[in-house]
Amino acid sequence: MGFSLSLEKANAILNELKKEYRIYAPKRFEKQGRYSDTDIIRYDEIDSIEEIVTGEKSTYSPKEVLFPITQTILYFTEDEYRETKMDDKKILIFMRPCDINARKVQERIYMGNGGFDDFYYKRLREKVKFVMMECTKGWDTCFCVSMGTNKATNYAAAVRFLEDGILLDVKDEELQGYFADVAKAPFEVEFIEGNETVVELPQIPDKKVLNAIKAHPMWDEYNSRCIACGACTIACGTCTCFTTTDLFYTQNANVGERRRTYSSCQIDGFDEMAGGLIFRKSYADTMRYKVLHKVHDYKERFGENMCVGCGRCTDRCPQFISFSHTIEKLNHAIKEICEQPVSQS
Amino acid sequence: MIINPVMPKPCKIIDIIRENKNEYTFRVESDITPEHGQFLQLSIPKVGEAPISASGFGDGYLDFTIRSVGKVTNEMFALKPGDMLFLRGAYGVGWPIEEISGKHLVVITGGTGLAPVKSLLSKCLNEPEFVKSVFIISGFKNEDGILFKNDLESYKKNFKTVYSLDIDKIDGWEVGFVTEHVNKIPIKDYEDNYAILVVGPPVMMKFTALECLKNGAKEENIWVSFERKMSCAIGKCGHCRIDEVYVCLDGPVFNYKQAKDLVD
Ligand SMILES: Cc1cc2nc3c(=O)[nH]c(=O)nc-3n(C[C@H](O)[C@H](O)[C@H](O)COP(=O)(O)OP(=O)(O)OC[C@H]3O[C@@H](n4cnc5c(N)ncnc54)[C@H](O)[C@@H]3O)c2cc1C
Ligand code: SF4
Ligand code: SF4
Ligand code: FES
Repeated sequence: MGFSLSLEKANAILNELKKEYRIYAPKRFEKQGRYSDTDIIRYDEIDSIEEIVTGEKSTYSPKEVLFPITQTILYFTEDEYRETKMDDKKILIFMRPCDINARKVQERIYMGNGGFDDFYYKRLREKVKFVMMECTKGWDTCFCVSMGTNKATNYAAAVRFLEDGILLDVKDEELQGYFADVAKAPFEVEFIEGNETVVELPQIPDKKVLNAIKAHPMWDEYNSRCIACGACTIACGTCTCFTTTDLFYTQNANVGERRRTYSSCQIDGFDEMAGGLIFRKSYADTMRYKVLHKVHDYKERFGENMCVGCGRCTDRCPQFISFSHTIEKLNHAIKEICEQPVSQS
Repeated sequence: MIINPVMPKPCKIIDIIRENKNEYTFRVESDITPEHGQFLQLSIPKVGEAPISASGFGDGYLDFTIRSVGKVTNEMFALKPGDMLFLRGAYGVGWPIEEISGKHLVVITGGTGLAPVKSLLSKCLNEPEFVKSVFIISGFKNEDGILFKNDLESYKKNFKTVYSLDIDKIDGWEVGFVTEHVNKIPIKDYEDNYAILVVGPPVMMKFTALECLKNGAKEENIWVSFERKMSCAIGKCGHCRIDEVYVCLDGPVFNYKQAKDLVD
C-alpha cells in the first residue's frame, strides 16, 4: 500500500510508532570518525525522520542492533546461571537492500547451522521488522549488483526520502494500521541496476584448486599490508564471529557475568589453542581465510555467497586494501591454477 | 519458550582421579549420555568455558580427563569432590560406531588423545563381540605423562597393545614416536575389514595417518579427531571453522578422506 507523507506527518506517525517500537536508523555521530573532523554514521534509536542519514552509506552495518558488539548472555552466582532479560518492545530498523540481504546471510549461521538457534539473536529477531531504504545510486565501493543483493522484497515497509517528505510502501498489516488517515499514493520502490564497481564471482571447482589457491603467492602482499586491526570485519554486515568471556564484579567476587564480544579471524589469537598452537600464522593466511569464506567456503556450505557487496570492508581499511581488487586477484590466481597442465600422477 | 543452548547445568563432582601431575579425571553426576568421541562444554563461573571430551560415562555419571594448560583448566584442578562443574552438551560427531562394529579396530593415540577414545575402548572390553579385534598403539612423551594406568593394564590383557614413550626407557614399554610402531599393525591380515582411529596433537595425527597409508591402509578406513579453538560449540562463533566445515558440528571426528583436504 503506497502513501505520501509530509515530514510533519511522518514524524507524527513515528512518534505514535515509538510507543510500541524501538526505531533504529543510521545516525550521524559528529567528529567520531577515524580522521579528525570526520563523522561516524552508525545505527541508533531515532526521534525524527530528519535524523536518518540518507545521503551517505552508514559506516557500520545494522547488524549491531540484533547482535550488539558486546552482550551479556548470562549472569551467575556461585551455583547458578541466569539468562539476561529483555524488554518486550518491538523493533523497526531502517536498512538498505544489501543490509537486509545480509540478515539472511548471518541467519543461516545464527539460526539453524548445526540445528542450533542462537537464543539471543533469535529472541531479538522475532521482534524486528525491516523498513527498506530505497537505494538507487550506491557508492564507489559498492558491488551489490554483482552479488545479487541489490534487491530485497522481505520488508515490512519501503521508503523513499524526498526533499520535504517521504513515500512509503507498507506491506505489513500491523504497520498499515498507523496510516489509516493518510492519503494513498502510488509508490513503487526502485533498486540500483548497476554499480561503478563490478566483480566477477570466483568459481573454485574443487578442493585441489582451493588448496592450490591457499598456497598461491597472491596472498603474500597482505603480510606487509594488513595490520590485523579487524576493522573490516567489525564493519561487515555478514561477519558473525564472537568470543565468549567471563568476568566478575570485584566488590562481590561471587557474582559475575558471561559476555560475548565481536571477534575477528583477522586479529591475532583467533585460532590460538592451548600451548600456543596457531594454525594461520601470517596475515597472508588470515586474509585468504576471510576472503575465501566470503566468496567460496560459505557458499559451499549454504549454497549462497556470504559477501553482499556493501563495500564497508574497503571503506574501513586503514591500509586501503580493496576487497573487490582482492577478488580480482583471486580470479587471476584461479585462472592461472586451472590453466596449468594437469600433472601426471 | 525458546531453549537456550548455551545455558550450562550444574553437576556435582563425585570423584577426582589424579592420572599424573598435569592430568586429572573428574567424575561428575549427570544423566547426559554422549556418543563415543563427543565433547561437552565445561564451565566454571567467573572463569570461563572449555570444550572437553567425555572420557567415560555410565549410569548417572560422566568422566572428563583434563590437562591443565590455562585459565579454565587450571582452575578446575583446584576443585574438590562435592564442588560443582557446569556442563552443556554433548556436542559434535563422534567415532563412527557403525563403521567400527564387527571389524578389526586399530586405535593410535598420542598423549591426552587417549581420553576421547577411552569410552569406546571400554565398550570393546565390556562387549567383546562388538569388534573382531583391537590393536592399540599409545604413545606418551615420558613416564610422567602416562594416563589411565589401570586401563592400560586391562587393554594389555585383552587386546594387542604397543605402549611407547618418546625418549624415556622403562620396563615393558617401547621407545619412540607412535609413527615408528605403525608397521606392527597387521593391516594385510585384516582383509579390508578394519577401522583405524588416530587421535593426538595435529602433527602426530598427520604423520601417523601418512604412515598408515604407507603400510597399506586405505584412506577411507582411517578416522582422526580434530582439536580446534572453540568458543560456542554450536556453530555460531566461527572459531573452529575450516573451509565449509565447523569442527564443533561436523567433527571433531572426520574421515581421513575429508580431513586430509581441510587446510586451516
Ligand atoms: C573437541 C575438543 C575436545 C577436547 N578434549 C579435551 C580433553 O578431553 N581433555 C583436555 O584436557 N583438553 C581437551 N581439549 C582442549 C581444551 O579444550 C583446551 O585445553 C582448553 O580449552 C584450554 O582452556 P583454558 O581456559 O584452560 O586455557 P586458556 O587459558 O583459555 O588458554 C590457553 C590457550 O588455549 C587456547 N584455547 C582456548 N580455547 C581452546 C580450545 N578449545 N582448544 C584448545 N585451546 C584453546 C587459548 O587461546 C590460549 O592460547 C579439547 C578441545 C576440543 C576442541
Ligand atoms: S566482505 Fe566487505 S563487501 Fe562483503 S559484505 Fe562484508 S564488508 Fe560488505
Ligand atoms: S581493515 Fe584492513 S588492515 Fe585491518 S584487518 Fe581488515 S584488511 Fe587488515
Ligand atoms: S566452536 Fe563456535 S562455531 Fe564451532
